[in-house]
Amino acid sequence: MLRIKVTDRDRITPIQSLVTNILSLLAALVAVGIIFMVCGVNPFFAISKIFMGSFGSMYGFKETVTKAIPLVLIGGGLTLAFRAKFWNIGAEGQLLMGAVCGAWVGLAWGAYLPPFLIVPLMFAAGFLGGALCGLIPAFLKIKFAINEVISTLMLNYICAEFLTLLIVGPWKGKSRFGFPGTDNLPDAAILGVIPGSRIHYVTLVLAIICVVILTIIVYRSRFGYEVRVIGENPEAGRYAGINFFKTSMVIMFISGGLAGLAGVGEVAGIHHYLGYPSAISSGYGFTAIIVAWLAKLNPLYAIVSGVFFAGILVGGDAIQMSLGLPAATVQIVNGTLLVFLIMGDFFIKNKLTFHRNTAAEC
Amino acid sequence: MKKIDTLEMRDISKSFQGVPANQGIHLQVKSGEILGLLGENGAGKTTLMNILYGLYQPDGGEILINGKSVKIDSPTSSIAHGIGMVHQHFMLVQNHSVIENIALGYKNTPFFFPKIRIRDQVVAFAEKFNFTIDPAKKVWQLSAGEQQRVEIIKALLNGADLLILDEPTSVLTPQEIEELFRILKDMKAQGHMVILISHKLDEIMDVCDRVTVLQKGKIVGNADTKGMDKQSLARMMIGRDVLFNVHREKITAGEKVLCVQHLHVLGDKGLPCVKDVSFDIHRNEIFGVAGVSGNGQRELAEAITGIRQVTSGKVFSQGMDITNMCPRRIYDSGVSHVPEERIKFGIAPGLYLYDNAILKQHHLKKFSRNMFLEYDRIKQHTSALVDDYRVATPSIDVEIKNLSGGNIQKLILGREISEAPALLVASHPTYGLDVGATEYLREQLLKRRKEGGAVLLFSEDLEEIFELCDRIAVMFQGEFTGILDSADDKRASDIGLMMAGSLRF
Amino acid sequence: MDDVIISVLQRTMVAGTPLLLGTVGEVICERSGILNLGVEGVMSLGAVVAFIVTYTTGNPWLGLMAAIGVGMVISLLHAFASVTLQANQVVSGLALTMIGLGLSGMLGKAYVGKPLAVKMNDVAIPFLCDIPVVGAVFFRQTPFFYMAVLLALVAWFFLERTRLGIKVRATGEHPRAAETQGVNVTLIRYFCVMIGGGFSAMAGAHLSTSYSKSWIEGMTAGRGWIVIALTIFALWNPGKAIGGAFLFGGIFVLQYLLQPLGISPNFLAMLPYGATLLILILIGLGDKRKLSAPAQLGEPYKRGNR
Repeated sequence: MLRIKVTDRDRITPIQSLVTNILSLLAALVAVGIIFMVCGVNPFFAISKIFMGSFGSMYGFKETVTKAIPLVLIGGGLTLAFRAKFWNIGAEGQLLMGAVCGAWVGLAWGAYLPPFLIVPLMFAAGFLGGALCGLIPAFLKIKFAINEVISTLMLNYICAEFLTLLIVGPWKGKSRFGFPGTDNLPDAAILGVIPGSRIHYVTLVLAIICVVILTIIVYRSRFGYEVRVIGENPEAGRYAGINFFKTSMVIMFISGGLAGLAGVGEVAGIHHYLGYPSAISSGYGFTAIIVAWLAKLNPLYAIVSGVFFAGILVGGDAIQMSLGLPAATVQIVNGTLLVFLIMGDFFIKNKLTFHRNTAAEC
Repeated sequence: MKKIDTLEMRDISKSFQGVPANQGIHLQVKSGEILGLLGENGAGKTTLMNILYGLYQPDGGEILINGKSVKIDSPTSSIAHGIGMVHQHFMLVQNHSVIENIALGYKNTPFFFPKIRIRDQVVAFAEKFNFTIDPAKKVWQLSAGEQQRVEIIKALLNGADLLILDEPTSVLTPQEIEELFRILKDMKAQGHMVILISHKLDEIMDVCDRVTVLQKGKIVGNADTKGMDKQSLARMMIGRDVLFNVHREKITAGEKVLCVQHLHVLGDKGLPCVKDVSFDIHRNEIFGVAGVSGNGQRELAEAITGIRQVTSGKVFSQGMDITNMCPRRIYDSGVSHVPEERIKFGIAPGLYLYDNAILKQHHLKKFSRNMFLEYDRIKQHTSALVDDYRVATPSIDVEIKNLSGGNIQKLILGREISEAPALLVASHPTYGLDVGATEYLREQLLKRRKEGGAVLLFSEDLEEIFELCDRIAVMFQGEFTGILDSADDKRASDIGLMMAGSLRF
Repeated sequence: MDDVIISVLQRTMVAGTPLLLGTVGEVICERSGILNLGVEGVMSLGAVVAFIVTYTTGNPWLGLMAAIGVGMVISLLHAFASVTLQANQVVSGLALTMIGLGLSGMLGKAYVGKPLAVKMNDVAIPFLCDIPVVGAVFFRQTPFFYMAVLLALVAWFFLERTRLGIKVRATGEHPRAAETQGVNVTLIRYFCVMIGGGFSAMAGAHLSTSYSKSWIEGMTAGRGWIVIALTIFALWNPGKAIGGAFLFGGIFVLQYLLQPLGISPNFLAMLPYGATLLILILIGLGDKRKLSAPAQLGEPYKRGNR
């Protein structure tokens, strides 16, 4: 009888870790293929379509970069929160609140101010909107011991309903012929794109700057040190005199704020008006969770994993259209990837050895 | 009906991550016998007994019961073979009642209405050994001694002929220890066999018939306790003569460093855990708090260092009121803290050694500039700490969880002393460490005293308290039952009664 | 006026039923120490499976059975990740939700908007249903309602009054102690996660074959998350879950009641989520020590660890 023995791995090289993660992703693709097959879809066709659609053509790649922008921003912010074991599942709502605040500034002052003033103002407002939405669960967690998973999720629903309430009611645009949605933003408030694509470069640059700064904060600053200590061992944090309230609030201010920036980018760079929540964000807040996890909670790596998952979103759109699959298909791919990444972590932390047992036993 | 007359472990070996914990161990025990398993911390006693109880699988060797080889691969099978074990850290569910804890593993527990239906049986069984327990009480409401009795009943109810007790006296008052030994002798008279793990020589001499001594995972001796003397047993255990009497020179105490007035603190369950405690500590003084753990020591230490809220009363550090200040400001006022359960409180296990070396000091000017940390200086400081406090580590670039407990403790102590605090609060600093590390840490505390620092030492180890402390307070159920001078021999002999709360000064 | 009250109460019971089913499952699961955030996904999958099977066979009971089966099987994923692989339970639960939502969307695509010819019919309990008011509210309900209340009571009895229940609770409080007493921690946790999955799927089946008699993506509308909040609200006690679930059922019904008053429907749609937060705040304002979460909830257990 073959027995498997699990032992702790003392140390792992970055190469081993990288290889394990790549193998997990490949294994996940096999699993996704099997699921496709069971559902009656040719797995080779579907999976190749996903990657051809996202990385295989110039058009696809441009779309991938476009979708990577919010994922990198949100994913980067989530690495900070997750590192402190603050499970912010509410990036979706924070993104929406960012979109609302950004759109409000754009609609109100866009006609009177030049772009170099209005755009920073919109991003600032969006950051604040997302950040405030992020502060609520942090406050509730520290002051009332409310589990942040639940509070952030509930806020997702509340934010989505709040946004809908605005666009069917007070903010409904005159140019929409009675359909929900605000008027278009004034030209000054619309972000420029790289010609021939939808890449709103202002947000792209902003995203990269943000994750770089965040990386420095995490690994070099006093605040980052406190975040890492809390995440490793909250009891030690308490003992070391780290102020949990302050730290949690700052973490969620940043994490929510970055999601808010992503919201402004989507509204001002892509849609140019505030529409239904499901139009503004195709689940970026949730996909970013996996982005952060694949990035091993390192903000800088979120750039790579963000582009990868943006590719899956774009490829997912491609197979939806060509194979007539529902939008939820991408969720299966994402969920499966996440499961296999977790499994990969197990092999990074533990060593398996196989050995034959001589004694007859059951 | 007895299942075990003789038990033998032959050539048992076991290693963890390549480090041998047991090597080629032989051990024998027979009915009506109490066997002592003696050895220092880390000698492999607990590992060996966990193998016998089926929690670990040996890498090699076999176990024989009544001369026949048996396979014990889980606690279930060891219970079926008539083996019971009382672990050092009780394996009781704190939030469950006594009866629920017993029903959990009792083989005759019925499926439906287990609590009501075994109640009478349990109470009757307990009376056989002159125990009194309230089956409806939650475990967290019980004293350590009572919890231990629940553990013993759990084992005996399942028909344990062999009872393994791992460091059973470490959490008991001297009076409770006597009570335990009476029970063990009763059991022996009824034909049970007992294996008693301990590192305390007196206990082994008191109750054991035979003793097997372990050192670094190997058997170094077997003997009848009759005719043995303590000194030769100690030599066998440590491999050299013990020098436990650390020399403490006489120093007159200096100015007042810490002043605690009528302190009241609540515990985790919201019940009063420190009640009206007052004392002063001076420079050049080590002030010890003795007592069985769980009597409010942890809460007292946490209240002084700012981790826990003070409900009423005052704490002054060098004349400054630090009551309910945040831990960081209390640290800055000159109070540092070596916490109990060093892994749980004192370190962030996944961070590097140098990250952990500044756990309470990262806000200090010398380690940071504006909002950023100065890692060059931090690494320099860490290297110095590692050298000064003899922390054995391959480099300072390792995750601290890879270090042994003793080395982690040396780093923590070094970290807390390096800034020369006016007061060091040290909770069980030598708990679970080997003799070498223990001696070293004790010397460091005395050095601190000589340099003009004050130390507030919490310890369960009376020997340690008497060796190091100038004055000793005894804590029982949240109160100081007395403060005495360690040179006062007459009162020192009463310390056991004070720990049990039956004597007060 | 009486009719209105009766109808409101009756609908409260209907709306509370899936919440109760889900909460009881989650309570059992969390009592064994495993936090399962996959409820939303499993509920959605249960809904679609129950719908498809009922639609094809014409038998809602077969649909229910299939849903429970699928719910238990898919939950194995979470059990494997969190018990065997000792993974982070928050992340693994989220993965389960994503997969559940995704699979249900994919499987149900062809069935969106199709009405169900047969459904789980209401069952009137003889004699009891004739009691004025009470009869109409409690004893002319769908079988799901009776099952939910009954299962909640059974679950309470199971946890508090059986030996296996003690084992489950001990596993959540102190797995190592349980193991030294011969309890197979792994088995217990797998068992509880699967039971939890079965309950969640059952809640989903109620939504698609009884509550709305149709399938649409996102029809669980966050009920899976409210269930997790209700588990805390019920203090991990299946008995108390009954009160909590129907209180929330009432809040769902309140949305429709207030609509004619001219309040924005979007504002009303926030009610259940806002109420969840509010109730958690109220619990938090009270004595936090009473929050008797299983001591080892969410902590992976490693056998034979030193």
